[in-house]
Amino acid sequence: MAKALIKADSFYEIYERKDGIKDVTHYCPGCGHGVLHKLIAEALDDFGIREKSILISPVGCSVFAYYYFRLGNIQAAHGRAPAVATGIKRVHPESVVISYQGDGDLAAIGGNNILQAANRGENITVFFVNNAIYGMTGGQMAPTTLIGQKTTTTPYGRNVVNEGYPVRVCELLATLDAPVYIERVALTDAKNTSKVRRAVRKALQNQIDNKGFSLVEVLSACPSNWKMTPVQAKQWVEDNLIKQFPLGVYKDLTDQIKPKKAEKQVFSVDGLKEKLNIPMEEEKYSTSVKEAKEFRNMKLKIAGFGGQGILLLGLGMAQAAMQAGYNVSWLPSYGPEMRGGTANCHVNISKERIGSPLVSKPTVVIAMNLPSMEKFQSEIEPGGLLLYDTSLITQKPVRDDIKVLGIPATQIADNLGNTRIANMVIMGAFIAYTSVLDKQAVINALPFFIKRKNLIPLNEKAIVEGMNYVLSSN
Amino acid sequence: MAKQLIKGNEAIVKGAILAGCRYYFGYPITPASEIAEAAAFYLPLVGGTFLQAESEVASINMLYGAASGGIRAMTASSSPGISLKQEGISYAAGAELPMVIVDIMRGGPGLGNIGPAQADYNQIVKGGGHGGYKLIVLAPNCAQEMCDLTMLAFELADKYRNPAVILADGFVGQMMEPVEFPEPVKKLPEKPWAIKADSDDENRLISSIDLELEKLEQHNLELFKKYADIEANHVKYENYLLDDAEIVLIGYGVVSRVLQTVVDELRQRDIKIGMLRPISLWPFPKKQIAELAKRVKEFFVVELSAGQMVDDVRLAVNGKIPVHFYSRMGGVVPSPEEIIEQLMKLNEAN
Repeated sequence: MAKALIKADSFYEIYERKDGIKDVTHYCPGCGHGVLHKLIAEALDDFGIREKSILISPVGCSVFAYYYFRLGNIQAAHGRAPAVATGIKRVHPESVVISYQGDGDLAAIGGNNILQAANRGENITVFFVNNAIYGMTGGQMAPTTLIGQKTTTTPYGRNVVNEGYPVRVCELLATLDAPVYIERVALTDAKNTSKVRRAVRKALQNQIDNKGFSLVEVLSACPSNWKMTPVQAKQWVEDNLIKQFPLGVYKDLTDQIKPKKAEKQVFSVDGLKEKLNIPMEEEKYSTSVKEAKEFRNMKLKIAGFGGQGILLLGLGMAQAAMQAGYNVSWLPSYGPEMRGGTANCHVNISKERIGSPLVSKPTVVIAMNLPSMEKFQSEIEPGGLLLYDTSLITQKPVRDDIKVLGIPATQIADNLGNTRIANMVIMGAFIAYTSVLDKQAVINALPFFIKRKNLIPLNEKAIVEGMNYVLSSN
Repeated sequence: MAKQLIKGNEAIVKGAILAGCRYYFGYPITPASEIAEAAAFYLPLVGGTFLQAESEVASINMLYGAASGGIRAMTASSSPGISLKQEGISYAAGAELPMVIVDIMRGGPGLGNIGPAQADYNQIVKGGGHGGYKLIVLAPNCAQEMCDLTMLAFELADKYRNPAVILADGFVGQMMEPVEFPEPVKKLPEKPWAIKADSDDENRLISSIDLELEKLEQHNLELFKKYADIEANHVKYENYLLDDAEIVLIGYGVVSRVLQTVVDELRQRDIKIGMLRPISLWPFPKKQIAELAKRVKEFFVVELSAGQMVDDVRLAVNGKIPVHFYSRMGGVVPSPEEIIEQLMKLNEAN
């Protein structure tokens, strides 16, 4: 166990969270974590940012980094430190968030998380300790384990045929546009260690200046799992690890980006309902008409081709009926079905509390193509209504125990200059025939379901034409 | 009060924002995507943050990070996406982080389909992640409840420092109904435990790890004390025409809507039937069911799964009276007529 030498203010005075001896770390002699912790803590001290710093501890040997750093600590799931860092940083943009990760955590199980956090340019600092092995779990292969290196899960040495090649993280991430600063350093001799110190500070300064994503990869010894003495292990980093993972700056836009000030998030409810497009006043309209008895508690199935405005027709009915004081529900066919093929929706219009939104025994079926009429006319309750578009369906309905209303809706729409308003012709015919709603009720509702305001007059015209067709044929 | 005709999925987002939620982390999946889309639309307008994560796993961990910061935050997905989030949910339960997770259930197992289903009951209510924990689980059956229960979920999550889940099926998510939106929550609860990037942070830790066996056991005991408090105080259910009922239907979500129609139709035929609808799936209304078991003749449970909630009903009934079960799966929702036919068959068999 290594004793900390001069303790930085950014470390706890006593490691209360640690079991056992409370003034030494849990790291092994010769391990790089302790040194890197110290370099980070000193930098936090010198920058005066300890109190606003937040450390994400990963899963790995540094899972207990929170024993030592005297600041806000969050312990994360294996590999997810960059995602957790993203979450807390978005909440506290003014903080300094450090994602501290090992090679298994960052480059194996969390590979996508680091890639995407880097690609988003999250304004965080990542310290990536690469010791080419899984330390905490007892020396298994890491994604950075060298070719031929023996670990407990590569007992015969890492074999590229079976396990592939060591992953070079800095080189990979440097291909992305967003990262600001990516450098690989090594904790070996004094010269290299001073480079680590400099890199740590630069990566933190970038975040303080809100420049964006910085990552420092630190090659580090793991004497215990490499089964070496600390001195041998350092030499092994120099002789082997650095060969596979060359030191140096892989990306640096630090000087090209101007420092920014972070804005603290402010919670506000000002004008919230307006911003959420929630209506303030009730759009209520008392309809003067009375629906015929057989159309009370109406259950509708509306069906046709995708593109005929089937869902919109149902939606318009539900909207108008709601404003006229009915209980309503609207249930669409959803998903891939909508992308071509048939579309249908179920609408309930009722004075009573609506049970099943799913209409299994419709009192009204509106069919805008032949397959829909064939499919649904058998379901109609005796005495119910089948309303269909005679311009597209030349076949006659077979049921003789229901009411049948045919209207050349598409043709009427064509005459008005737009095939796509056949649905509103149907709407007009429907309200004229059933008296569930009057004309004004539907006109009132139009702005709520026709998003393009300039189309409202045309839709209104179509509704009137549909109504006229029914009224004149009666 | 003004009503708005709105999709259940969108009502969740508006409810969440009214409840003070300003952060959403998610990944698209049918039939839950409208939640992400509405969050992406509205959150920037109210000073909030929407972030489409690289994966379901990332989104739950971003939520973990954000919730650590003491604000109100949420995610939403559908069944397979929820499976992916389970590890993170377990961590959040262990670290006692309040958050709201929405599951708009679809057909399974596997990729299944996008039809409505209720086969996630076990993975949500019984703890789909590792380690033995409880989630507060609320099951809306209409667009109004998508809003109201989302708001309640935030409140309970904060009160108990525990993840809360809105468990709904694809139909409740996709259907549009009138919703009356309540007034917004104006002030969020204080969270002294949360990481705030200030001088008190040195005393704060968000973590689910504890290597000391007895201490972790103690943590578990404390969690279960908290769960007992939730069970004692937050059971929610609806009784529908139960006063003189001899047959009691039990279902949640869209099924309860179908069952209401069944009850209405059979009541017209003078059959003494009613419905109990669990609104909180955990805590489950087991006492209410046990009480009913003393005075009614039989239960009839309907689910969009091969039978998951029915196990909890049977535990509550404890063999006292028959518990019948009917289900449809794969995205199929039974019609009222179909259920009535099943009930008639049962009646003949008796």
